[in-house]
Amino acid sequence: MSDPMEQFKVVFFEECSELLVNLEEGLMLLQRGENDGETMNAVFRAVHSIKGGAGAFGFDALVGFAHIQETLLDEMRSNAIEIKPEYIDVLLQAFDILSELVGAAQREDAVDKNYGAEAAQAMKKIMETSGTVEVKTEQVSVDEEPQNIKTRHFNISFKPFEELYQRANEPILLIRELNDLGELDVELNTSDMPDITEMDAELAYFSWKFVLITEFGEDAIEEVFEFVEGDCELIITEEIAATTEITTAETDPDAVRQGAQKTAVAKTSGGETVVSQSIRVELDKVDRLVNMVGELVITQAMLREQGSQLLVEQYPNLVQGIEELSRHIRDLQESVMAIRAQPVKSVFSRMPRLVRELTASLDKKARLVMTGEETEVDKTVTERIGDPLMHMIRNSVDHGLESPTDRLDAGKEEEGTIHLSAFHRGGRIFIEIEDDGAGINREVVLKKAIENGLVSPDATLSDEEINNLIFLPGFSTAESVTNVSGRGVGMDVVRKNIQSLGGRISISSKSGKGSKFTMSLPLTLAVMDGMVVEIGGEKFVLPLVNIIQTLRPTPKEINSLPDGRNLMMFRDEYIFLVPLYDVFDVEDAITNPCEGLVVVVEGDGGMLMGFIVDDLVNQQQVVIKSLETNYELIEGVSGATILGNGRVSLIIDIATVQEMVSRQYAEPQKYVTETETPSSRNSSLAQTSMEVH
Amino acid sequence: MSRTALTIDDSKTMRDMVAFTLKNAGFEVTEAENGQLGLDQINGSSFDVIITDINMPVMDGIEFTREARKRAEARTTPILILTTESGASLKNEGRTAGATGWIVKPFNPEKLLQVVEKVCG
Repeated sequence: MSDPMEQFKVVFFEECSELLVNLEEGLMLLQRGENDGETMNAVFRAVHSIKGGAGAFGFDALVGFAHIQETLLDEMRSNAIEIKPEYIDVLLQAFDILSELVGAAQREDAVDKNYGAEAAQAMKKIMETSGTVEVKTEQVSVDEEPQNIKTRHFNISFKPFEELYQRANEPILLIRELNDLGELDVELNTSDMPDITEMDAELAYFSWKFVLITEFGEDAIEEVFEFVEGDCELIITEEIAATTEITTAETDPDAVRQGAQKTAVAKTSGGETVVSQSIRVELDKVDRLVNMVGELVITQAMLREQGSQLLVEQYPNLVQGIEELSRHIRDLQESVMAIRAQPVKSVFSRMPRLVRELTASLDKKARLVMTGEETEVDKTVTERIGDPLMHMIRNSVDHGLESPTDRLDAGKEEEGTIHLSAFHRGGRIFIEIEDDGAGINREVVLKKAIENGLVSPDATLSDEEINNLIFLPGFSTAESVTNVSGRGVGMDVVRKNIQSLGGRISISSKSGKGSKFTMSLPLTLAVMDGMVVEIGGEKFVLPLVNIIQTLRPTPKEINSLPDGRNLMMFRDEYIFLVPLYDVFDVEDAITNPCEGLVVVVEGDGGMLMGFIVDDLVNQQQVVIKSLETNYELIEGVSGATILGNGRVSLIIDIATVQEMVSRQYAEPQKYVTETETPSSRNSSLAQTSMEVH
Repeated sequence: MSRTALTIDDSKTMRDMVAFTLKNAGFEVTEAENGQLGLDQINGSSFDVIITDINMPVMDGIEFTREARKRAEARTTPILILTTESGASLKNEGRTAGATGWIVKPFNPEKLLQVVEKVCG
């Protein structure tokens, strides 16, 4: 990118996307009647800045449209036009068009001449009915060619007032500029100059007379004095035949001063605003940094492993140094990760519009309440959480909330509430979507699941388990598929998306009271705390966050089922033992859990399982390397990492292992295996434990 | 010694364009995001020219100009305000506040340099 204009464009579009977010946010506040004055100003500024930049790059369609919007906003912020809800609706429509125009400019798409004409018309109408300014289409002024090339003869008299100097204008520069126009004869008049003892350096004493012979016209001369008009006495006369034009530009200095005072009083300084200082860095650079730190973590782990074999008494400083290095690297890593963190606001801010559109098309009434927008998450999360979130909100409005009449009948407020919130807890980020609708209709859900062969007809499922059926692939409550929710993506896709971010999703629902989706996501996606375990000489990594406990069971705690699976008593419940050596086909592993170890992990939906391993190696931070980019996707494995000894180790994806195991033993009744067993009550138990750890 | 310029604009695009153009013309350019930060910049150092946008959060360009004129460091520094065609009254407001001149947006680099040269020679 050598062309600076191209670089500016990149910056411009980055800026536009921020401005558009601010703009929409401001408009939403205004729509809710929350106008503290600054909101309107911010909205105005956003459009103003977009227009300014667009002008510089010649995005005419964008400039034209933004100009109308800007004019209307300017009228509104100066209170010439009252801010009415219906006007805000028009502005929101205009916002859509503006976003589109920005997008089109970025893609370098041609824009249809009439695009946005309707919204433009609506905005003009507001201004017309409010009887304010007519909107002129802004025109770029074209420098006029001098009318004739004949030389002309001007006499110019120029007497600066003190204001000219106060505004840092400089007569010498003006004279030079005049000189550039042609042949200039200068005569300085110092007659007003007092005795040096009486001279006030701040006052103006000099005046000039010029004779200019030039090919340019009077316009050119006026342009020279453009900035000092009013700050001087300027008389331009042309000496030619009978036509003598006189232009005077005189202003009473007192009036100017008074004017200055008046504005100074009217404009008191605004309230305090928080200034966030930031720099803009290309994502590439940050990612390179993240990668380097990742490598550093690996090297550090290696050093540490080597160091652990040293005797402290022999090398006290070295051992201590390695310890310190580890600590600093961890701090460094956290700081670097924080660079990628972004407030979820950028994603949340898309939701109000979605709710608005949905309620309009579904004839429902809903209010979206958002909290914790400032919660910071990794950039990848903000990039990939948008679609799942939108889908869930769509679901909440479409399936969750009842129609206004049904709500009234149920004794609820006509307007439903959807609460979207984000917060940090226990090293993870939680995003919740809660509605006060009808809750999940479990009868319908169960019926559908049985019809689709996901559950056997005679299965007894807990409420929790029925709720979780909606996350199964192939599940969709056909009766309620509308053009809103039925876009071919089910909750299973949502769950996949969340899982791909290292997250989990759960649902709780109360009949008649509403439903709540809870997503929990890791703070960072590049590094995680892992437990290195050994299975038959191979090392695997288990995400520490999923591990509940590690123990060696006694034989009497183990029960075998006829199909060959083993159950283990854990905290008064039975949990399945998962032979990892079998899942990953590892030879020479310890197969008897009573000789090896059982790592109790929490899987999807809070289900507990016991992974059989040979031994625990250690707990450490691991840098996640994608298998998909470096090798290929392997089921049951979420990625790989390089251990301190330089060897590659696979990171186990607990949720998919859970799926693999259920499939292996339970075809075709995928879910029954997890539900018709004594572990069924575990789900609810684990649900609460998930909140805790 | 190279000449120095201060550009104040809340729009990164604009700042970049102004800075790039001036740097190519041999200026050393300092950037500020709003009037208040602009004032911080002139605290103790003087510039050969200051170019400021009008519409900015925290402190707008008019207020900045007025405040800057009270500072010894910026009393005689040419201050140019960036304005739009439609802002004729803003030009006057800017002048009243003490602005030396203005640049009409959208501007091109040549126009910018032309105006800068006009006021600081």
